[in-house]
Amino acid sequence: MTAVVRRVEAQDEYCMGCGLCRLACQVAHSAYPLSIVKAMKTGSRPVPRMSVESSADGMSFRSVRCLQCEDPECVKICISGAATRDEETGVVLIDEQKCVGCWSCVIACPEGAIIGPGTGRGKAYKCDLCLEREFPACVAACPNRALILREVEVVESTTREG
Amino acid sequence: MKKMLREGDVRIPAGCAIAALVNLRGLPFAGTRIADCIAVMRERSNGLGGGFAAYGIYPEMKDYYAVHVFFDGIPEKREFEYQLRRHFRVVSTGPIPTRRNDEIHNPPIIWRYFVSPENSLLAEEPVRRQEFMVSFITGVNAASNGAYIVSFGKNMGVFKGVGFPEDIADFFRLDEYRGYLWTAHGRFPTNTPGWWGGAHPFALLETTVIHNGEISSYDANRRFIEMYGYRCSLQTDTEVIAYIFDFLCRRLGMSQEEAALIVAPPLWDELAMMEEETANRITRIRAVFSSLLLNGPFSIVLATPDGIMALNDRLKLRPMVAAENEDFVAVASEEAAIRKILTGINRIWSPRGGEPVWGKVDLTHPEREPLYAGEGGSDDAEAAKSKI
Amino acid sequence: MLKLQKAKFEIGRDFDRCVGCGVCVNQCANEVHFRDPYDESVCADDIKCVGCQRCVHLCPTGALRVVSFASRTREHGLWTSTVINEIHLQSDSGGILLSGMGHSRPDTVYWDRILLNASQVTNPSIDPLREPMELKTFLGRKPPLNRKNSLDAPEKYPQLELEIPVMFAAMSFGSVSLNVHKSLARAAMSQKTYWNTGEGGLHPEVRAYRDRAIVQVASGRFGVSPEYLEEGACIEIKIGQGAKPGIGGHLPGEKVTGEVARTRKIPPGSDAISPAPHHDIYSIEDLSQLIYSLKEATAYRKPVAVKIAAVHNVAAICSGMARAGADILVIDGYRGGSGATPLRIRNDVGIPVEFALAAVDRRLREEGIRNEVSLVVSGGIRNSADVAKAIALGADAVYIGTAALVALGCHMCQNCYTGKCNWGIATVNPRLARRLNPDIGTLRAENLLRAWKHELAEFLGGMGMNAIESLRGNRLMLRGLGLTERELEILGIKAVGE
Ligand code: SF4
Ligand code: SF4
Ligand code: SF4
Ligand code: SF4
Repeated sequence: MTAVVRRVEAQDEYCMGCGLCRLACQVAHSAYPLSIVKAMKTGSRPVPRMSVESSADGMSFRSVRCLQCEDPECVKICISGAATRDEETGVVLIDEQKCVGCWSCVIACPEGAIIGPGTGRGKAYKCDLCLEREFPACVAACPNRALILREVEVVESTTREG
Repeated sequence: MKKMLREGDVRIPAGCAIAALVNLRGLPFAGTRIADCIAVMRERSNGLGGGFAAYGIYPEMKDYYAVHVFFDGIPEKREFEYQLRRHFRVVSTGPIPTRRNDEIHNPPIIWRYFVSPENSLLAEEPVRRQEFMVSFITGVNAASNGAYIVSFGKNMGVFKGVGFPEDIADFFRLDEYRGYLWTAHGRFPTNTPGWWGGAHPFALLETTVIHNGEISSYDANRRFIEMYGYRCSLQTDTEVIAYIFDFLCRRLGMSQEEAALIVAPPLWDELAMMEEETANRITRIRAVFSSLLLNGPFSIVLATPDGIMALNDRLKLRPMVAAENEDFVAVASEEAAIRKILTGINRIWSPRGGEPVWGKVDLTHPEREPLYAGEGGSDDAEAAKSKI
Repeated sequence: MLKLQKAKFEIGRDFDRCVGCGVCVNQCANEVHFRDPYDESVCADDIKCVGCQRCVHLCPTGALRVVSFASRTREHGLWTSTVINEIHLQSDSGGILLSGMGHSRPDTVYWDRILLNASQVTNPSIDPLREPMELKTFLGRKPPLNRKNSLDAPEKYPQLELEIPVMFAAMSFGSVSLNVHKSLARAAMSQKTYWNTGEGGLHPEVRAYRDRAIVQVASGRFGVSPEYLEEGACIEIKIGQGAKPGIGGHLPGEKVTGEVARTRKIPPGSDAISPAPHHDIYSIEDLSQLIYSLKEATAYRKPVAVKIAAVHNVAAICSGMARAGADILVIDGYRGGSGATPLRIRNDVGIPVEFALAAVDRRLREEGIRNEVSLVVSGGIRNSADVAKAIALGADAVYIGTAALVALGCHMCQNCYTGKCNWGIATVNPRLARRLNPDIGTLRAENLLRAWKHELAEFLGGMGMNAIESLRGNRLMLRGLGLTERELEILGIKAVGE
């Protein structure tokens, strides 16, 4: 069985490390998704679900977010059942209520895509693909088209349980 | 009062009526017929210019060049005659007969000469002689010293002036002339000083041009053609068109078909649909002669002793209707004008833009009078061809 | 020692809006913005700002303003703030004043003093939406028109075929980023015009676009090899350029990184210096020899262009070039851009291309050879109206360099020579060059050509023409506004109202 799911594809070649994707993500996941200024200046700072990395020489950059793996390490390792994979959309989610902040997923994620330590929240956060938006906030914000929204077909494995 | 500018001092756009009638067997007919034809389109002119070109009208003088000239006054005439006699033997001379017409005012002195180039200092070679005659004509006209050569060719002549064409025909007594090919022009200049020389047709040697339209590409055409020794002293479209055809056909030895392809080439989109070899050839020609493309609305009739070619601009922005019967090909701005003078019409149509209409005189027709003196022998035309 | 040089811009930051995201900090290669290590707030060091507006565009909250530094010296007609600043800069540094881009003084822009015509009543304007508008242009030598059969040897007259008479001017890889080459090359490819490699060779990644490439041979001969010559659609010999007539080029060693060095075939890190003259061209005969050796090397299959800066006796020089065998003459006016040029030369040497073009076109016509060669002009062509006017004055086509870079994002800060182009254009620094995504660049360059195509069609239709060649040299379509009689005479146009 196959399903069409959305994915964010990064073209690192054209990532210029501006961090606008990260900011947009932060705002999209805040109490004021329509106003950057209010989102960032009211109460505690919202947590982004992704990060931007720079190479050691500062010459190249990478916008990092969850790849929505088909067989996610974070789901396998999660001790509280907070991390799950939605079979219909193929999106991996972490339930903030269930997360106990053990950072197992943070360590297990090969992409380094899970945000947690250092946010002061004691919870793990990750990209949810902005499913309720037409475009993921990061994709819409990138000024250099380094992020591209793709619709990909995935083959649902029958051996895996939901 | 400030003198009004005349053609040559300023560029004057004009709208017009045109008509042409050719007997395909080369049999002559009276000028009345073409005058009747153009008269139908009276509202396309405004009385500020009319004229006719007639071929085959001087059969008994066909070995000599007929020279029609306008003079502002006697001293100018004397000066011109001095120049003329330096280069040509004048066989006969006299005023062109006219008739009083109440609508025609202030005509210039209108004179006619029949000349032979034989005693000139020119080279024997006909090509060089033609070249010389062209430069003689354009030289006199460009100098604008009060003498204006209206036409200069064998067995043909141009009659034109300020007035409605039918009045001009009456004034010049065209009913008394018989020719096998006639063209006529009625002019609607948007601003005119009413100068007789500025009326049409425009003649260069035996080629005459009538034209209705306004060439937007005028200055591009002019600046190109002036590189090759022409001087566009009248600053009219008709003049530049005549020079372009003279350059392409006489100087470069192209056929009129090829010349038509240059002034009104098929659109690039149309070429894309043509056979590759043809398309490549046309592309090449257009790339080289791009500055001779005539852009903007026009309908042209190019007349030579062996017939007419009529051509519309590529988009057909000016009206032109063609018709043929057994003996004649006729072209006019309006269908009504053709129906007035042509019976037994086999076909009447509105030619497509850029597609030439031909009215070629059958040079082998037994009833036909010889067109040129030395036709079939070592004539200018023959010699011109051998140059290519 | 107290530096006398003043800030040119001042940074206004609206702290009510600023969210401290740090985008301005990471985007300004001039290190104007920085985060104060003590309180994490974002601050600015105005004097380093070159006014490229990068931070203003990228700031997500619109918190920034970069405006001219308001503080000025006392008004003086001769000793303006600019003049004083320049002297201070030189007395601070003891060096030649360098700059990027073209002539910066607000001298009369003659394009703006020339107006185009339109049809009314006596002939119809043509609607470009309903009728085909032909912009196709051929560049290359045409046969002399003395015999009809000269048309039958097309192989002797190779032509460039352009669907729009606008090409991208020479800008070498090294002076601009590879992404610029990619953007322009792809746009030239899709819009069927040509791009120019500049003197820095052809990078393997843009070789795919060689059919639409004009390869340049300049005095430094960088990147020139038989394969290189073979690869282009046309070869251009650069004698001079409008931004710096009479002097050579200088690509500082910092810009000669691995890729650039490889493409230029020189050691990395070395200064790439193009001598002022070609040391094998000291005369017109020498030029002719070079033209013919390049033609020999490419079996006469490609047109050869020669580019010069517009200088005082440009007409005579161009006539000589045409006779020396150049198929395409390129005249670069004094407003032509450059990656690095001494400011004094940029602003004070050479003449406007409008006059150079008018003079050259007239001269070639007087000599009866205008139709045999093609004429391309460049140097400050800003929009489709400039293109139309250039063609009406007599050009076959134009080159755009600066306008193309502006389309890619250039904001005219004129600091190209520093290699710190914040827009990723005039730089080969990988951190900056990646800012120009060639997919976006291609689209923008294509859009510009497309837009100009439409506008040219509108101009032509308005003048009652449906083919660009009818405008070429059609000076009757032009009128001069506020020009002296002598200027009108040289331009060969009438005054408005005439
Ligand atoms: S917005 Fe785009 S260019 Fe900027 S850091 Fe994110 S991915 Fe990179
Ligand atoms: S898709 Fe949405 S949640 Fe995921 S990284 Fe982009 S902005 Fe953040
Ligand atoms: S980019 Fe704008 S919002 Fe972000 S730190 Fe700079 S000024 Fe503040
Ligand atoms: S140099 Fe450019 S990016 Fe830096 S502060 Fe000035 S305008 Fe902003």
